[in-house]
Amino acid sequence: MTKEAQAPLTGVWSGGGAPPLTSSKKLGMWLFIVSDTLTFSAILLAYSYLRLANPDWPRPFAFYPGIMKSFGMTLVLLLSSLTMVLGVAAMNRNDRKATVKWILATAAGGVIFVVLHMTEWFTLFHEGYTPWSNPEGVPLFGATFFGTTGLHMLHVSIGVIYLLVMAAGISRNKFTAEDVEVSGLYWHFVDLVWMFVFPMIYLMSIKLR
Amino acid sequence: MSAHGNESSGHQAGSSSLFLKVWIVLAVLTGIEVLLGYEQLAPVTMLTILVLLSVFKAGLIIAYFMHMKYERISLFFALVPATVFCIMMICIFFFPDSLRILQLGTGLR
Repeated sequence: MTKEAQAPLTGVWSGGGAPPLTSSKKLGMWLFIVSDTLTFSAILLAYSYLRLANPDWPRPFAFYPGIMKSFGMTLVLLLSSLTMVLGVAAMNRNDRKATVKWILATAAGGVIFVVLHMTEWFTLFHEGYTPWSNPEGVPLFGATFFGTTGLHMLHVSIGVIYLLVMAAGISRNKFTAEDVEVSGLYWHFVDLVWMFVFPMIYLMSIKLR
Repeated sequence: MSAHGNESSGHQAGSSSLFLKVWIVLAVLTGIEVLLGYEQLAPVTMLTILVLLSVFKAGLIIAYFMHMKYERISLFFALVPATVFCIMMICIFFFPDSLRILQLGTGLR
């Protein structure tokens, strides 16, 4: 990495410098994030129109446990973003011990999120909301709800594995500050997606009294 | 977002207290969204407001947590306009066609 950074960035005719003067790792993660953004955009746009076109869209989320639990999940994920930022800052200070601590805290946030999410899914299963059917007879709800939140949960789970690998490596003196920053980009992106999923899916389906 | 772009080429990351403030703003906005969920608004209005709030939150996350504010401005121009353009294209080509379903009346149910 230092070799690349110190290589003279010569004129355009010899390839020039990377236009945003960003390392290839970071740019690569950003490009992945862009493509993933478009995946989730397409899914959420498809959901929006199904939601708006359907006057009897199911509203299974009561104040408790539905909304309170998903609000708590949102806060846990947001909090894990904060610990990730602190982890990146610690690694920039070259404090590997603190970095491992913060990254493990971030991963723990991810695990809590997934566990809460699974219990919430099982509550819905018990109430008759499955990916294929529900009491309102609008199977599209199951398809969009479990599809979107499931894809997001997959991202969180992959993120937890990614963070655990990072934490193990950092404690054995592997990885640079930039690698931690790149893993942080991924984690914040997962958080960012949830910032759309939570209002668009949960808050649009609050159970009316 | 661009104001600091030329100020530093390295990582002059914000302080912990700045990140804490950003976090509090994000949490408060989420709380406002939840309260809004209990207002009996028309679904279109409600979805519009929620998405706009979420876009603002996403901007905060990208600018501060993802350090975009502290990167070169060229990285921003390399990534964000193209993404926004693509999302706009999905909207433009997707929604007019999708409205046919409304004209099919209750055919969906």
